[in-house]
Amino acid sequence: MEVSSDREYIYTSSELDQQEGQLIEEVKAGARESIPDPDAWLDEEVKRSIMLSSVDALLNWARRSSLWTAICFPACCAFEFIAAEGPRFDMSRFGMEILRASPRQADLMITAGTLTWKMAPVVRRIYNQMPEPKWVIAMGACAISGGIFRSSYNVVPGYNKIIPVDVYVPGCPPRPEALIYGVQMLQKKIAKEHPIPDLPQMLQRGKKE
Amino acid sequence: MTVALSGKDIASQLEEKFPGSVEETGQDSLVVKSDSLLAVAGYLKDTGSLAFDYLNYITAVDYYSYFEVVYQLTSLKHNHSVIIKSRCYGRENPAVPSVVGLWQSADFQEREIYDLMGIKFEGHPNLKRLFLWEGFQGHPLRKDYL
Repeated sequence: MEVSSDREYIYTSSELDQQEGQLIEEVKAGARESIPDPDAWLDEEVKRSIMLSSVDALLNWARRSSLWTAICFPACCAFEFIAAEGPRFDMSRFGMEILRASPRQADLMITAGTLTWKMAPVVRRIYNQMPEPKWVIAMGACAISGGIFRSSYNVVPGYNKIIPVDVYVPGCPPRPEALIYGVQMLQKKIAKEHPIPDLPQMLQRGKKE
Repeated sequence: MTVALSGKDIASQLEEKFPGSVEETGQDSLVVKSDSLLAVAGYLKDTGSLAFDYLNYITAVDYYSYFEVVYQLTSLKHNHSVIIKSRCYGRENPAVPSVVGLWQSADFQEREIYDLMGIKFEGHPNLKRLFLWEGFQGHPLRKDYL
C-alpha cells in the first residue's frame, strides 16, 4: 500500500521488511549449535564446603522465593500455564505467580509454546531485556526440541538455540503439576547458586583485566 | 441455514452474460477462466438476484499440473452461497486477478496464498509475504517444496 507523501517516514515499509528478514536470517545463521545449559552450579557444592556464606543463603532464598515471570506465550502451552496460575493449581502458594508485562521487572522466562523463526529475534530481545540474574524454563515438547513441528521450515528446534535454558519440563502440553514441579526444580537449582564471588576469584579477575 | 446454490444454475446465467467464461461445472462449484474471473466476480456481487456481498474465504490447491484458487461467496441478503474456482497454469509464474477491489477481506488471504503457494494476484495493492520473512526462499505449501 502506498504511503501518502504528506507524511514523512524514516523507513518505507519494504525497507522495514528487508531489515526484519535480514535480522531473522542472522539469528538463524547464528543458531546452528545449541547454547549449553548453565551448569556452573554443579560444582558449587565443593566450594561451599570450603567457605559457607550465610549472605549467599539469604540472597538465594530471596531470589528463589519471588520468581517473577516474563510473558513469552507464543502457543497453546500458555493455557496450561494459565491453569497453573488459576485457583485450582495456584502457583502463588510457592511465590511464583506474578506475571510481569515488562521483562525489565522479571527474572524468570517460561517459554510456553512453539517458536517460529519470525518470532525468534523478538524472544531473544525480551530475554536480553531481563535484568540479571535470570532463568529460563523450557515448557513443553516444542520448547525443548521443536516437538512435532521440529522439521518444519519455520520452527526453531528448541529454545536453547536462541537462549540458554535452565530447566526442561516435558509434555505436550505439560500438566500444571509438572510445571510447578519444574519451577520447584529451578528453585532448588537457585538454592545452590553462589551469588557472592569468592575473594580469590575476584583478585584473579582483576589480574586478567 | 444458508442454501448452497448449484454450480450449474449459476453457470447457465454466466454463460448468457459472459460466453465462454465457465470452464467446468460441478454439483456445488464452478470453475471460471482466470481471465474473466474479475468480470464474473463483479457480476456475482452486483447482480440483485445473486448479491454475493460476503467473501467467506479464499484458498488454493496444488494439483501439480495447475493451481486452483477457491473462493466461497455468500449473500447475506438472500442467505445463499456458492463456490467459485479458478485455475492458473505454470509453476514459475502462476497468476490470477485480485478481488481486493470487490471484497476487502481478500487482502490478507491473497497475501497468505502468495506467501505459501507463490500464486501472484494481479492488481493487489500490497502483495508481499505475510507469514514468512522477506528473503525466505521458496513457497512451502507447494507439493514440490523440499
